[in-house]
Amino acid sequence: MNEVLSFFENIRWDAINKATRETLVMMGASMFFTVILGLAIGILLFLTSRGQMLQNRFVYWILSLVVNILRSVPFIILMILIMPLTKIMVGTSIGVKGAIPPLVIAAAPFFARLVEAALREVDKGVLEAAQAMGFSKGMIVWHVLLREARTGLLAGTTITAVTLVSYTAMSGTIGGGGLGDLAIRFGFQRFQWDVMIITVILLIILVQGLQMIGDALVRKYSRK
Amino acid sequence: MDALSDVNLTVEKGEIFGIIGHSGAGKSTLLRCVNLLERPSLGSVSVGGHELTILSEKELQQRRQKIGMIFQHFNLLSTATVRDNIAFPLKMSTLSKEKVRRRVDELLDLVGLRGHEQSYPAQLSGGQKQRVGIARALANHPDVLLCDEATSALDPHTTESILTLLKDINQKLGITILLITHEMNVIRSICDRVAVMEGGRIIELGEVLEVFLNPHHKTTRDFVSQVAETVDVQAQGLRPEGVVVRINYQGDLAHEPILFETVKGTEASFVILQGTVSRMKDTPYGQLIVELRGNSRDTSQIIEQLRHRGLDVSVL
Repeated sequence: MNEVLSFFENIRWDAINKATRETLVMMGASMFFTVILGLAIGILLFLTSRGQMLQNRFVYWILSLVVNILRSVPFIILMILIMPLTKIMVGTSIGVKGAIPPLVIAAAPFFARLVEAALREVDKGVLEAAQAMGFSKGMIVWHVLLREARTGLLAGTTITAVTLVSYTAMSGTIGGGGLGDLAIRFGFQRFQWDVMIITVILLIILVQGLQMIGDALVRKYSRK
Repeated sequence: MDALSDVNLTVEKGEIFGIIGHSGAGKSTLLRCVNLLERPSLGSVSVGGHELTILSEKELQQRRQKIGMIFQHFNLLSTATVRDNIAFPLKMSTLSKEKVRRRVDELLDLVGLRGHEQSYPAQLSGGQKQRVGIARALANHPDVLLCDEATSALDPHTTESILTLLKDINQKLGITILLITHEMNVIRSICDRVAVMEGGRIIELGEVLEVFLNPHHKTTRDFVSQVAETVDVQAQGLRPEGVVVRINYQGDLAHEPILFETVKGTEASFVILQGTVSRMKDTPYGQLIVELRGNSRDTSQIIEQLRHRGLDVSVL
């Protein structure tokens, strides 16, 4: 036991503490924008797809292409690729602030596809029933589509949040801050294995926590 | 290839009108044309004197609130309780929460679902789900109720109870019901008039009893044979000695001993070869295939007497 403790005695906990907080800030902010943007794109993808209320082959094709392009670029390359854009958007391309735009741009298309898939699971008959009752398209999206797809949307949100954890860690390679940054600078570049292990443990706890919350919410709202 | 062509149909206010046909006959498309879930490429649709095809989207949405619809697979919100499902169409109204609650209570009583208001659809049986569907369709006090194969996913016993409920609603609330089905039993139990569809056209239309007793088209005869044995003396290999007649009767005549009384006064006798005595919606009716044995003077006198007393007699 004492050997284990002495292995970690050189760790600067204040640095770990700061990095953890940075990771949580990056997660929270990028998750917020990802959900809003991804939900909008996902709904539009669904509605413009074949046989749906706003069927439009051209719009669907364009949206789908953009989503596919963004999803086919590995995050670490995307981050570097859009640095000029990031600088225009938030004034810097490094640090916690500079990490948020690439995180959102990478995660929103991913989440949009999960939203599209979740909406596809909604029984078409229920949409037709709402139409027959005289609901407008907007009301059908809000009161029927999103409501009926809620467990799928929650599951998709959980998957996206977990993906964002690993993305935030990756953003450390370009000075993004947070636990990933710490692991690379101390754990990798200075061979401080103790720091490396602590950051990995913290990331595992974070992912585990997110998944448990997500699963609990899905269970709570499931009516099947 | 048109899904429907040359369809001209008028459903009277307050009646229960049935459309029967095999799958692919176009009956579902026709029903969906009534609330424009399916927009016909040509022609007009008018409900309660309002032409629907010329309405703007907003006006159409308003009209649809007065046209209830129920479905084969119920199409309830799986995430909402029975109470919230029934209250769902009232989201568009300006009713206060208290009024919505009271309206839902009324509907729960009407369809017999008191005590289930907090259940979710997954916890209900098929029949109960359809009752929720009916209550939901009635929430906005519609003039017309469209039934899309409403009993096709239910077992015979449950079908019976749902049909009874629909008939009650029609009588109590005076709502016009237009239903489609592939089961002649549904038509026989509750419909006033029926249209038979095939290949996107209406091939036969009339009072249910009339169509039932005298089906002209082969498809109609097939449907009729679902609930009554078709009469085909030759096919059964019978070699009757006397005159074979088909006697159709309905209404109060079904309760009179007419055949017995008529034959009693003569030297002739009779054999019943085949027969159906049943009930069409609320009308008792019967169809008998009878062989009359005796001399030709007696038999023709009997036939004349029967006709005189109001029976529909034809010599086969």
